[in-house]
Amino acid sequence: MVSTEHKIEDSNTRVTQRSVWYKIKRLCQRYPLGAIGSFIVFIVVFAAVFADVVAPYDPTQTNAKMSLSAPSAAMLFGGDMMGRDVLSRIIHGARISLAVGIGSTVLGGLLGTIIGLMCGYFLGWFDLIIQRIIDMMQALPLLVMALVMAASLGPSLENTIIAISIPLVPQVARVIRSNVLSLREMPFVEAARSVGMSNGRIAFRHILPNTLAPLIVLGTAQLGSAILTEASLSFLGLGVPEPYPSWGRMLSESAAEYVRVAPWLVIFPGIAISAAVFGANLMGDAVRDYLDPRNQG
Amino acid sequence: MSAYVIQRVLLMFLTLLGMSVIIFVLLRLVPGNIVDIMFDSAGFVDPSEKATIEKELGLDLPIYQQYFDWISALLVGDLGFSFVSEMPAIDEIGPRIPITAKLAALSLFFSILFGLPLGVISAVRQNTTLDYVLRVISLSGLSLPSFWLALLILMACVSYMGAIPIYTETPETLWDELLLYLLPSAAVGFRASALIMRLTRSSMLEVMRQDYIRTAMSKGATENAINYKHALRNAVLPVTTIIGIEAAFLIGGLIITETVFNIPGVAHFLVEAILMRDYPIVQSLVMFIAIIVVVINFLTDLAYAILDPRIRYS
Repeated sequence: MVSTEHKIEDSNTRVTQRSVWYKIKRLCQRYPLGAIGSFIVFIVVFAAVFADVVAPYDPTQTNAKMSLSAPSAAMLFGGDMMGRDVLSRIIHGARISLAVGIGSTVLGGLLGTIIGLMCGYFLGWFDLIIQRIIDMMQALPLLVMALVMAASLGPSLENTIIAISIPLVPQVARVIRSNVLSLREMPFVEAARSVGMSNGRIAFRHILPNTLAPLIVLGTAQLGSAILTEASLSFLGLGVPEPYPSWGRMLSESAAEYVRVAPWLVIFPGIAISAAVFGANLMGDAVRDYLDPRNQG
Repeated sequence: MSAYVIQRVLLMFLTLLGMSVIIFVLLRLVPGNIVDIMFDSAGFVDPSEKATIEKELGLDLPIYQQYFDWISALLVGDLGFSFVSEMPAIDEIGPRIPITAKLAALSLFFSILFGLPLGVISAVRQNTTLDYVLRVISLSGLSLPSFWLALLILMACVSYMGAIPIYTETPETLWDELLLYLLPSAAVGFRASALIMRLTRSSMLEVMRQDYIRTAMSKGATENAINYKHALRNAVLPVTTIIGIEAAFLIGGLIITETVFNIPGVAHFLVEAILMRDYPIVQSLVMFIAIIVVVINFLTDLAYAILDPRIRYS
């Protein structure tokens, strides 16, 4: 008796296991570009998490002998002006890019969601004023606003995250607000109200979970531009400061003087930025197609 | 229509007034003022000297007074004095405007030239290999950092021509000027063209699902007539909006590209001013960018009404 039960359990788990892989396979077949994007993002995440294990050298260790050395077996991507291993710096740079990219997307998403929820739920003068402020914030290019904020906050990892997250807020607030506007007229909200639920509870228990899909779509779309903005800020010298190896700063350090003698200092960090942003964008596109059927085509 | 225009112009002034407050506040987010920052980087300086400079710059006044002084000067076209060059800001910014304007115009020209036709092709050949290739190219346009693209272009120039077309002095002939602006504007235009292409594609696909397209098909209209006479005309409307927004937002891409190519434009100047902590200039420049964006948005809305006879603002 007992052994039969075990058998049934066993085959059940095998079915669920197979179906997970099957699902992933199906998704990959349906969204081949999204699968490529997710794979690239996975590699970047892997490099960031296991940077200490994966990187062949310490990213801050200088070595005068290897200064500006061309790519070789010892240093696959070559060495920079201080003889630091470019590959190790790129692997560790993934941490900064992801920390800033994910950090600012989440922070911007959180702030935008709270503002959007409040606007869509309370409406009235509060909504009117916030909407006008959002209009104004959207009239400045992302980079200009991040630049001004980064300059006024001063260079640090936390400040870079804040400087990039604030310009992302208006878009999130807009999307959440318009979503809440249509949700608040739904019967289930009316039902919740009629049983005497408080406004706050309705907003967080009933409306918020239903705005999750557009939030995820927007978040994955913003991740790429957040990574790109960090690279741009660091390139201009207003991003994450030393000793963190940042892809953008690796480019700016090498750009002016070494473009002729050591092109690998320009090529590899640039590929790292482009690949990470490209992967995030591909993944974002696929997530949008998956979660928002209206956009399919 | 005229009532709408008046209303919009009034709203535009209100928006700009609000933006001036936002910009003013953004630059004062952190406690301490410009003089503190200047002195921090300079090391130890006599405190009495600090007080003198603060007084000279009007930083000892209450914050609303400072804002009022700035905005009232701005209204009569006085952008203040640069800390660094001690010249009136308007004299610093003025000569740089045409340079950035030409670059932006050329970038926009490139982006429309490539973005619009490729977007149409991608939509008409939906889900073919060509469509996939074009989509990947456009997505990579959004992913490549413009400064890296600019650097790659510079590297290619060095290895193939042995020289870099770098901005050294004011170009003399129109041809020289065009040659100088060609590469930077291509680097910036690539990104904008990717955006335009993506929007053209999705807009075309949206229109091609409409009933009147099916009607045209059932009437036996040729594929070209349907695609270009019926679909494109309607699909291009939302694209005008993105072109308008892009025209204003190109300045974001130009910030980096002007820096890499060392072109003395407005965007490069903004970065220099920020790095030098020249806050009067930063404040006025960002306000200047805001004015351009708001005005272009307004013009785009008007263009929309002219292009689409169904839209009547009243």
